[in-house]
Amino acid sequence: MIEFLLRRTGTAVVTVVLASIAVFLGVRALPGDPAVVLAGEDPTPEAVAAIRHQFGLDKPLPIQYLDYVGQALHGNLGFSTQDKAPVTTILSERLPVTLELTFLAILVGVLVGIAAGVASAVRRGTAVDYAANGFGLFGLSIPHFWLGLVGIVIFSVHWHVLPSSGFVGLADDPLGNLERMVMPALVLGLGMAAVVMRQTRSSLLSQLGADYVRTARAKGLRRPRQVGHALRNSLTTVTTVIGLHLAALISGAVIVEQIFVIPGFGKLIVDGVSSRNYPVIQGAVLVAVVGYVVINLLVDVAYAYLDPRQRTAGGAE
Amino acid sequence: MTDTIIAVEAPAPAPVTSWRRAGRRFARHRMAVIGAVMVGVFLVVALFGPYVVGSPSRLGLTDILAPPSGAHWLGTDDLGRDVFARLCNGARVSLLAGVVSTALAMLIGVPLGLAAGYWSGWTDSVLMRVNDVVLSFPYLVFAVGMAAILGPSLRNVIIALAVAEIPSVVRIVRGETLALRRQDFVRAAIADGARDLAVMGRSILPNMTNTLIVKATVAIPAGILGEAALSFLGLGVQPPQASWGVMLTSAQQFLAQDPLLAIFPGVAIALTTLGFNLLGDGLRDVLDPREAR
Repeated sequence: MIEFLLRRTGTAVVTVVLASIAVFLGVRALPGDPAVVLAGEDPTPEAVAAIRHQFGLDKPLPIQYLDYVGQALHGNLGFSTQDKAPVTTILSERLPVTLELTFLAILVGVLVGIAAGVASAVRRGTAVDYAANGFGLFGLSIPHFWLGLVGIVIFSVHWHVLPSSGFVGLADDPLGNLERMVMPALVLGLGMAAVVMRQTRSSLLSQLGADYVRTARAKGLRRPRQVGHALRNSLTTVTTVIGLHLAALISGAVIVEQIFVIPGFGKLIVDGVSSRNYPVIQGAVLVAVVGYVVINLLVDVAYAYLDPRQRTAGGAE
Repeated sequence: MTDTIIAVEAPAPAPVTSWRRAGRRFARHRMAVIGAVMVGVFLVVALFGPYVVGSPSRLGLTDILAPPSGAHWLGTDDLGRDVFARLCNGARVSLLAGVVSTALAMLIGVPLGLAAGYWSGWTDSVLMRVNDVVLSFPYLVFAVGMAAILGPSLRNVIIALAVAEIPSVVRIVRGETLALRRQDFVRAAIADGARDLAVMGRSILPNMTNTLIVKATVAIPAGILGEAALSFLGLGVQPPQASWGVMLTSAQQFLAQDPLLAIFPGVAIALTTLGFNLLGDGLRDVLDPREAR
């Protein structure tokens, strides 16, 4: 177990280092010179050169990278070119918003997905099964941004039951916040629910056909208990799918935040791209990548703990 | 695997009969046929639609946000342009984005996956590390970044989506190669003195066609959705060119006056992806009996 932990953590660290280099070079490859942007309107070449020197932009790239990493490790990710605020401050304001949105979406996805999956597997071949399957296929095919727009048309424009935008913080006004998060979380969560439903259905069906369930039935165990046993064993594959879906959830959050004007991480990145706010893009993408790698690491470690076979299978598979 | 001798003598299963059998199984698979028909309709509209319908960018300033009528089947948008004509032209953009990005990803990903799986060792280690790095970016964050670096245009969206798709192709091909490399007919070819490239091209690659076909039916709709998402965010196809994502962006401002404007492009995206998903599910059942329920 310890060897597995070390090996898996090692590859995660290598991935993060390589990804940070990729982000660093990527931001340097963006069109436009940040020094010219910082120097304001009609800059003199001397002013640009001075700013370039001040921010170390005249040093060789490897040195710039090491400077950046050194600063980043001390909690300094640079300053926004828009309002000169520290990037770390901006990130710490935006991150909780996206975390709340994704958490609520996971809640929707897991609850709806597992319930629908169990219902369709237990009532296989009935109308319930067809309805759940239809839901699964549509959930996979309907893009987030369209579902969001349709939701706004129905619930905000026609029925006036839910606001379409105007974010308030969870701490400032918990009820107002939840009211505004319901639609985004549903929109983001339904795609996940579809994936979870399909996985729950297929793995529960294969477990229900297994010998131990037949034994349980022969012993006279009631149907709900049989399903309970089978469900427990199918949940491992369902957990895998949930873990794999996290990346899609982050991608979805980028879009959903844009539609519902939620000041989260995704909106920060997209707005940063359109306003050429490079320090912000760099910091936000870096934090997103590190967070994602760490989550994957935790998921793998959790599997290895639950299922010892995973430890020797080689993390790369 | 039970009959080794036959496996050695017949490296590839006789293609004609197995394809014919797969075709028959496909025809019996109701959902797959429905999916194929939906994809077919999409292809016809994307290929021929733009020649049949009127211009997608002719302005009709007297006829703004008009409801569906005989002259404009699906009504007009905020600049009086015909929504149906724009949908048909958007279909072509979607088709290009989905098919070309998938083809590019396969063209680059398949050789890399073959190399990683066949020459294990440091080739594999290096390729898989690079793969992990690209996979450590959430798909859309990566595509947004790529599109930002390259600048907004259909060509750049296709490049961004292709690069974002490569790692998953590499991963699948590598896995298949690892499994096939242990098979007797491949070992026989190697023992027979066949060169590495010949083994990969003649013995390994033909045996993963099914996997690649199924992968394509997943990657194409992902590309279609990706293009729509990037264009929706303003990082893809630029107005006035018509794309389903661009149409949704402009519809967003008129949700209260004309919700239909947001409905049609969304239905088009959903039906196209649904068609590919049904087709893909069906093909997986038909081409890969091990996976069948």
